[in-house]
Amino acid sequence: MSAPLVDIRSVSHRFGQLAVLKSVSLAIEPGSYTILLGPSGSGKTTLLSILGGFVTPSEGKVFIRGADCTALPPAKRPTTTVFQDYALFPHMSVGGNVGFGLRMQGVDGATRAAKAREALALVGLAAAFDKKPHQLSGGQRQRVALARALVIEPAVLLLDEPLGALDLKLRRQMQDELKAIQKRVGTAFIHVTHDQEEAMALADHCVVMNEGRIEDEGPPERVYARPATRFSATFMGESTILVGTVTEAKNGTVTAMTALGPISLPGVSPADATVALAIRPEHLFFGEAKGNVTLGMAKVGDVVFQGSFKRVLATSTLDPALQFIAKAPASAAIQAGDTIPVSCQAQDIILLAD
Amino acid sequence: MRAAVRLAAWVYAIAIYGFIFLPVVVLVLFSLQATSFPIPPFTGPSLRWYQAVLSDARLTSALLNSLLVAVLSSLVSVTLGFLSAWGFARFVLPGSAILRGLITLPLTVSYLIIGMGLLVLFNWAGVPKSLLAAGIGHVVINLPLCFAIIYSQMGDHQINIERAARDLGAAEWKVLLMIAVPVMAPAIFAGFFLSMTFSWDEFVISFLLTRFETTLPVEIWNLLRSGLNPKTNAVGSLVFAVSIVLVVFFELTLLRRKPA
Repeated sequence: MSAPLVDIRSVSHRFGQLAVLKSVSLAIEPGSYTILLGPSGSGKTTLLSILGGFVTPSEGKVFIRGADCTALPPAKRPTTTVFQDYALFPHMSVGGNVGFGLRMQGVDGATRAAKAREALALVGLAAAFDKKPHQLSGGQRQRVALARALVIEPAVLLLDEPLGALDLKLRRQMQDELKAIQKRVGTAFIHVTHDQEEAMALADHCVVMNEGRIEDEGPPERVYARPATRFSATFMGESTILVGTVTEAKNGTVTAMTALGPISLPGVSPADATVALAIRPEHLFFGEAKGNVTLGMAKVGDVVFQGSFKRVLATSTLDPALQFIAKAPASAAIQAGDTIPVSCQAQDIILLAD
Repeated sequence: MRAAVRLAAWVYAIAIYGFIFLPVVVLVLFSLQATSFPIPPFTGPSLRWYQAVLSDARLTSALLNSLLVAVLSSLVSVTLGFLSAWGFARFVLPGSAILRGLITLPLTVSYLIIGMGLLVLFNWAGVPKSLLAAGIGHVVINLPLCFAIIYSQMGDHQINIERAARDLGAAEWKVLLMIAVPVMAPAIFAGFFLSMTFSWDEFVISFLLTRFETTLPVEIWNLLRSGLNPKTNAVGSLVFAVSIVLVVFFELTLLRRKPA
C-alpha cells in the first residue's frame, strides 16, 4: 500500500491547561472525502487548523505527501482552507480573489485570469468574475471561496464548517455540489462539521471525534451500522442504549443481563464485562412480537409524524430510566399513552464495550 | 402652552448655536471688510485682505510649512498607528492592556506639557528648534489618535481574511500591504485626515519648538501682536476653511458604511 497523502501521528494539543487533542493519529488517502464529525469542543476544528498550519501542535507530527509539515507556515504547505466565514477579500473583485493565490506564485495576469475563470466555471459562477464579494449571496460567496482555494491545485483542501452559515435548503444543495466538485477535481477534501446528515451524505471516510479523541473512523455506512463506541452510536444517528453485564459468552454468542432481563446476541466479549447494547430506531418493533428478542412493555410518550415515518419515544415499564427511540411506519396506529410490547432482532443489536 | 415650549426650545437652540458659531461668523464676515479695521460697520464685501494675505511672503511660506508639517507628521502618525494597532490586534503580547493604555495616554496630556517636555528633551539631545521638531511633536499627539481610531475598527472578521491570504501563499509584508491596509482603508484615511486637522491648527507645540521657519498658527499669532486687522481675519478664515475640508473628509471616510 502506498503512503497516505496526509499522515497525522499522535498529535496532541493544549490551549493553556485545556487539552483539546489527545494523541490523535489519522491517515488520509489521496482523492478521498474525509469528514471530521463531532460536537463543539471535540477538537475537530483544532485538528483542521493544525493541518492548515494555523496552529502548531504541542506534540506529534503531521506529514503531507511524506514531508514533515508540523511547523510549516500555511503559505508553504500544499493545503488551502475554505473558512467558515469565507474570508473573501472585500476590496478585490471575485476574479481578483480567485486569482490571488496564483498572483502570489508570480503567475502572469493573463494566465491568472484564464485560470480564475476556469475555476469559477467549475463552481458555476463564470458570470461573477468582475463582481465584488458584497454583491454576491451567501451561497455564491461560498463558491468563490471554494474556487479561490482550488485554483492553486492544493494536495488537500480543508473546509471548516463550510455549509454552517447557509440555510437548510441551500446547505443540502451545496452539499451535493461539493461532492460533485470533489469527484471532478480529485483533490482530497477534509471537511469539518457537526451535522451528521452532512457527514453521511458526503464522506468516503468518516471520523467521529469527541473530547479530543477519535471515537470511530471508517466508511459512513460502517460507522452507522456498526459504531465502535457508545458515543458514536448516539452521535452518528440515534440509538436506544441498554446497559448490561455479560453473564455468559461462548460460541460467538453473548448473553447480557439487563434491566429488561437477559438478552442473547451474536458477538464476543469477556465475561462479567459491562456492556452497552445499542439498537437503531429502525430496528425496534412495537406491537405483537416481530423480533426474536423481546424487550418488555413500553408506554408511548410521544409520536411525531415525519412524512415517511413516525418517530416514537416510549418509556420502558420495567425501567423508567430507559427511553426507546424508534422509527415506526407512517401507517402504524400508535398513539401517545398506549402501552405496547417492544422487540427487535438479535443480529441488529450493536454490542459496545461500556 | 405646547407652542410656547416649542418656541423656547427654538430660542434655546439658536442661542446655543449662536454662542458656538458667532465668533467664527464674525471672523469670516470681517475678513471681507473693505476698510482697515475689522469692526462694525461692515463695509465689504471685498477680497482685498485675502489678496494681502496671499501676497505676504511670510504668511504664504508659513502656510506651506504648515501643510508640509501636517501632511508628513500625519503620514508618520498613521503609519505607526496602523502598525501598532495591527500588532496589538493580531499578536498576544505580555501586558497588552497596559501597553495599549500607555500608547493612548498622550491623548489625555495637555499639548503644553508635551511641548515643554519635548523642548527640554530636544535641548538636551541637541536637536535645534525647527519644523522637524514641531513635526515630531505632532506625531506624539496624533499617533495615539490614529492608533485608537484604527484599533477600534480592527475586528476579528479580518483575522480570517489575513489568514486566507497567508494560506494562499502571501508573505507577511504582502498580507499587510495587499490585504490589511486596503481592508482598513476607511479607518486609515479617517486617522490621516483627523491628524491633518489637529496638526494644521496646532499652536502651542509649534510655538515652543520652531524658531525662524514656523507654521501658520504661530505666524498668525505674530501678526496679532501688532493688533487686529482684517488680514488676520482673512488668514484665520483660510485656516478654518482648510480645517472644515479635512473634517468633512474624515467624516466621509469613517462614517461611510460599506455594505458587508
